[in-house]
Amino acid sequence: MSLLDIKGLSYVAGDKKILDGFSMTIEDSEVHALLGTNGTGKSTLAYLVMGCEGYRPTSGEIVFYGNLINDLKIHERAQLGITMAWQEPVRFEGISVRDYITLKKTDVDPAHSLEMVGLHPELYLHRMVDKSLSGGERKRIELASILALHPKLAILDEPDSGIDMLSTQDIVNVINAFKEHGSSVLLITHREEIVIIADKASQICNGKVICSGNPSKVAEYYKSRKCLVCNGEVCAYV
Amino acid sequence: MSELNALMKAFGEAGGDKAILENNEIAHIAVDGHKLLSMNSVEGLVVDAKETMTGISAKVTVIEGIKIKNPVHLCFGVLHKKGTQKIKMDVRLEKNSSAHFIAHCVFPNAEKVRHIMDAVVDIGEGAEMRYSETHYHGLYGGIEVIPKSVVKIGKNGRYFTDFTLTTGRVGKLGMDYSVEAGENAVTELTARVFGHANDDINIKEKVVLSGKNSRSIIKTRVAIEDDAQAEVTGITEGNAEGARGHVDCMEIVKDRAIAKAIPIVNVTNPLAKVTHEAAIGSVDKRQVETLMAHGLTPEEAVDIIVKGILK
Repeated sequence: MSLLDIKGLSYVAGDKKILDGFSMTIEDSEVHALLGTNGTGKSTLAYLVMGCEGYRPTSGEIVFYGNLINDLKIHERAQLGITMAWQEPVRFEGISVRDYITLKKTDVDPAHSLEMVGLHPELYLHRMVDKSLSGGERKRIELASILALHPKLAILDEPDSGIDMLSTQDIVNVINAFKEHGSSVLLITHREEIVIIADKASQICNGKVICSGNPSKVAEYYKSRKCLVCNGEVCAYV
Repeated sequence: MSELNALMKAFGEAGGDKAILENNEIAHIAVDGHKLLSMNSVEGLVVDAKETMTGISAKVTVIEGIKIKNPVHLCFGVLHKKGTQKIKMDVRLEKNSSAHFIAHCVFPNAEKVRHIMDAVVDIGEGAEMRYSETHYHGLYGGIEVIPKSVVKIGKNGRYFTDFTLTTGRVGKLGMDYSVEAGENAVTELTARVFGHANDDINIKEKVVLSGKNSRSIIKTRVAIEDDAQAEVTGITEGNAEGARGHVDCMEIVKDRAIAKAIPIVNVTNPLAKVTHEAAIGSVDKRQVETLMAHGLTPEEAVDIIVKGILK
């Protein structure tokens, strides 16, 4: 039984079809990279799998360990072991980094989680998860908090994006940390150099998977595309 | 049980440390209703307190150059269900002195109680005063709190105040703080209030930056639920060269509660700059979703967010 089995998922917002019969499976302890240009539906897929408000499949199924989870709320999915690091994590007033990392897992060592994302615990544990953090610091702390949860499936929505982006080596370190815990990762990105660290990769174009398999081959395929931003049509070269 | 023991018992139940009244190195004033129950001073701190018909009148002076090591504790309580307590404070910090005052306002049984604080504060050149006021209210909501203070900060002086009313029902709050900052003076006014049921919150804080290069921040954090109401007015006037002020108000609204924020910015010197930001609304959806993705229920997530902004 697969960890996550997405079957024929479609999602329509207004008159725009964002996902169109999207299918993908992720196995236990698998790092699966989802590659695609801007506007192809990557983040929408992440919100649908996490169960964010306003994101319910128009059709299709999201199955987790054999159970249909289409109608579950975010926290119910989180309690099953699914979690997500948003592309731009929000800030919180009055919540320290230590408390944030141990929100639901009081038995974890927050210092260790910070070290795994390249932050010195003594400099960060007592800081607040507020606007005093830079974009990159906030992103690392979000990843540390996700690591501390020891999830079965971590959805990482473009951890490599932003003005203060994490380096490829940072991402490799984080992915390795998830692997150590036996977590599966859905790694969403539009950088081909990140894809090759995954066990498997898929390319999304206009809301559907157009290529899936060996990460190096998918990355090569992606590099040969002719579009920089999705124009709403499946690439002509496919 | 003596009145002092009863006050200290209520203070202890509210989370206070009763040992502070037994330590000779810590200055304190303890008042229940109109009665001055206990007082201790330390070197460099002159306290002249007396009972009045309706409460207490106290003149407090920190002598020039003296830095009071331990915080000065002011315990004001009304343990009866009904009554009025008027506290008149005249605080003077002489040149280059410093002190931290912590006021504990304990009204656990109030059904119809008025607590009126009328303070005049004069902070001398280079002096620094911190004033933290924390209220512990009961669940009846029959308390009316009217804190008023007029503060003047001299050249290079510093004044920081922190008002917290997040335990129990607010009742009716009518806060009115006014600060005038001289040359190079720095002030920071912070208020945190959590209103429930039909609590009525009215906060007015004003800073006049009259001195060259004076600085200020007014920071207000209010959460209200049920049928509570809140109106927050933050006023900053920039009247001198290099003056910099900021007004920052955030109000979280739940249920049928109603919130209003009135930031007033008035600049009369072209070299002064005053900014403001105000945010009123329900708890941020993205914040709630992020915490839910960590496994918290929606109720737990909202609770943590509200506690965070009131911390």
